[in-house]
Amino acid sequence: MEAIKVHYDVPGDDFTRAGEASGMLKRYLKKIGFAPDVIRKVSIAMYEAEINMVIHAHGGEIDGEITPEKISVTLRDQGPGIPDVDLAMQEGYSTAPDNVRSLGFGAGMGLPNIKKYTDEMKIETVLGKGTTVYFSVNAQ
Amino acid sequence: MTIADIIRILNAQIICGEDHLDTELHSACGADMMSDVLAFVKDQSVLLTGLVNPQVVRTADMMDMRCIVFVRGKEPDDMVVDLAKEREIVLLKTPLRMFTACGLLYESGLRGGCEK
Repeated sequence: MEAIKVHYDVPGDDFTRAGEASGMLKRYLKKIGFAPDVIRKVSIAMYEAEINMVIHAHGGEIDGEITPEKISVTLRDQGPGIPDVDLAMQEGYSTAPDNVRSLGFGAGMGLPNIKKYTDEMKIETVLGKGTTVYFSVNAQ
Repeated sequence: MTIADIIRILNAQIICGEDHLDTELHSACGADMMSDVLAFVKDQSVLLTGLVNPQVVRTADMMDMRCIVFVRGKEPDDMVVDLAKEREIVLLKTPLRMFTACGLLYESGLRGGCEK
């Protein structure tokens, strides 16, 4: 079976809409019939990454690839990049501004959470150019 | 415990989701930090929070939660309510503060669900 491909554009100017793409993919995976725990892992990881994209990088693009074996998601932004990926992966480390914290985010759990809920995760980042976050969740 | 029970115990008002009063709920989580909900919650069906922005509904949706209780008399705006209706998540509000609301539900048998 050929992989199903999905694409979402994430606007960077409206935090209230952050998470729309994750919601759409979640409902789509449910419709296809993946197991609830697989769907939840993908949803949480993508939601965290999508929120990051809006907070730090003025939005970006998300591409998903779905096969019966695994769900892969790639999030690309043209934001400032991550100066120290190891530091950013530490639980509790955050550079989110105060207004984002007042909305319930910025606890420094985003990237660690993506790692926790996925089977594979990669970050490629170039300062001043942008960041690509890739992750996949095995479905079987 | 059902959503109708929660309304009674917390002296809560229903904002949306009247059709789901019989939904059974077994565990809950109280948090104002959505990042923590995403990081630590597992199989809880109720979220108690003092935040009223759309990300609360989106977070609950990602975690498959069925009911959000806004504490401290917080009132969500129409956008939040519409989003909850679309995702079939019940919204309640209670004048009680977080600690009291959580305590009353715990006393009535609702649990945290992720005790290690």
